[in-house]
Amino acid sequence: MIEAKNISKFFGETQILEDISIRFEKGKNNLIIGQSGAGKTVLLKCLVGLLEVDAGHVDFDGRNFSSMGFKDRRAIRKELGMLFQGGALFDYYNVEENVMFPLNMFTHQHIEEKQQRVNEVLKRVNLENANKLFPGELSGGMTKRVAIARAIANNPKYLFCDEPNSGLDPKTANLIDDLIVEITEEYNMTTIVNTHDINSVLIMGDNISFINRGKLSWQGNKDTILIDDNDELNAFVFATELTKRLKK
Amino acid sequence: MNLIKHIGSYLLLMRAVISRPDRWRIFFQRLKTELYTIGVDSFGIVALVSLFSGAVVAIQVAYNIDNPLLPKTLIGFSTRQMIVLEFAPTMVSLILAGKVGSSIASEIGTMRISGQIDALEIMGINPANFLIFPKLVAAVFINPALIIFGMYIGIIGGYLIASFTNLLTPDEFISGVQLDFESFTVFYSLIKTAVFAIIIVTIAGFQGYIVSGGSIQVGKASTKTVVYSSVLIILFNLLLTQLLLT
Ligand SMILES: Nc1ncnc2c1ncn2[C@@H]1O[C@H](COP(=O)(O)OP(=O)(O)O)[C@@H](O)[C@H]1O
Ligand SMILES: [Mg+2]
Repeated sequence: MIEAKNISKFFGETQILEDISIRFEKGKNNLIIGQSGAGKTVLLKCLVGLLEVDAGHVDFDGRNFSSMGFKDRRAIRKELGMLFQGGALFDYYNVEENVMFPLNMFTHQHIEEKQQRVNEVLKRVNLENANKLFPGELSGGMTKRVAIARAIANNPKYLFCDEPNSGLDPKTANLIDDLIVEITEEYNMTTIVNTHDINSVLIMGDNISFINRGKLSWQGNKDTILIDDNDELNAFVFATELTKRLKK
Repeated sequence: MNLIKHIGSYLLLMRAVISRPDRWRIFFQRLKTELYTIGVDSFGIVALVSLFSGAVVAIQVAYNIDNPLLPKTLIGFSTRQMIVLEFAPTMVSLILAGKVGSSIASEIGTMRISGQIDALEIMGINPANFLIFPKLVAAVFINPALIIFGMYIGIIGGYLIASFTNLLTPDEFISGVQLDFESFTVFYSLIKTAVFAIIIVTIAGFQGYIVSGGSIQVGKASTKTVVYSSVLIILFNLLLTQLLLT
């Protein structure tokens, strides 16, 4: 379980996040939703320590991450995987080397053991026979799969995903969402997913936090989200022509 | 004020760069690649530049020393001194600032904007050390090798002038080249080269590391790298020449 407690974040004079407290549960897909520019990425970066919070703190299973130094944080970072918006695969390395990278950095496993694990996770994301390709040679969907494989290679307890299906066609987007849901269950991870895609919300929303202009505006799940009367939420959920017509 | 802030963050970054790598095996892998991309890939351009500057220096000296009282060996001697002391270390380093510096800045800048640096950081890896340190070590070792190579090629350039013109005979050139040779001059050049290598890699690494935005900013970082490192090379050249030769 990860807990954000009263987090605030400023860039210069502008306040981006205002007093946000959320509990992210273990074994569930915890969604952070909101419009573009709402502050989702900034919140995710605060959670993993890529940005420092200006007030409040983040606890990883009771361990206060925000007040830790580099060394203690490193211990927690070994336990977390992150899927970046563009994939952020290392251009130096091919698919296999990218996935093996966390194992090379954090374990003392024998090469055969690592190779086996790499093939295992690549198979898990349905990406076989691409081991020797370089990031520049992959399609958007493949890139996301490799990034997921890399994020889970070292058996993380916590998985962070920033817009996992942005830039993908609807079918591939669904596949990626399903994959994240399945993996979360299989590994019993605490998964946190940022998204503005209402379709993803309905697939994966076990525990949803709606952020509006840097404030936590609503919390619920994929069932309650369609019947709530929070105006800000409804403006977000029923923003597209399709959802508007369905609502009628 | 901005300049002081920049120097401050440059120094902070350098502190992160110069630290013990997380995994030596991975460091040596990266080092091997960097020795190749920074060093081996530069031999061609260094050879070209050195050959032609050696030839030009020999011609210039020959035309400017046409006093019959001065021995022809002086041409070989002066050509060697100019190549070893200035042309090889300074001119070749300036070329490398363009070739190697701009490529490092754009490589690291692209990694920054595509989230690869964040990805390293998230894994608890020190990205500055992981990315920049192998390049720094590679350049400090390989650039002096490139410069020694450049010295030889430059002298060959002068020798070719002696062979194919009637300004002087090849024998006169060779005995001039061997005249009064002090190995300190080479040592002095290597020190300069190593300092220039540090300037090139750290400025490029810094400019790439602080990129934010998109491809335009990456391009700008690359340009700034070439401008700043060239200016610094020229300044440090004067400084080191004063320090080491007086
Ligand atoms: N490094 C930064 N410096 C200044 N402002 C930023 C920075 N990163 C994000 N912001 C601002 O914070 C707000 C939220 O951004 P972000 O979290 O990326 O939104 P999203 O919900 O689409 O992920 C935006 O207004 C953005 O301009
Ligand atoms: Mg975002």
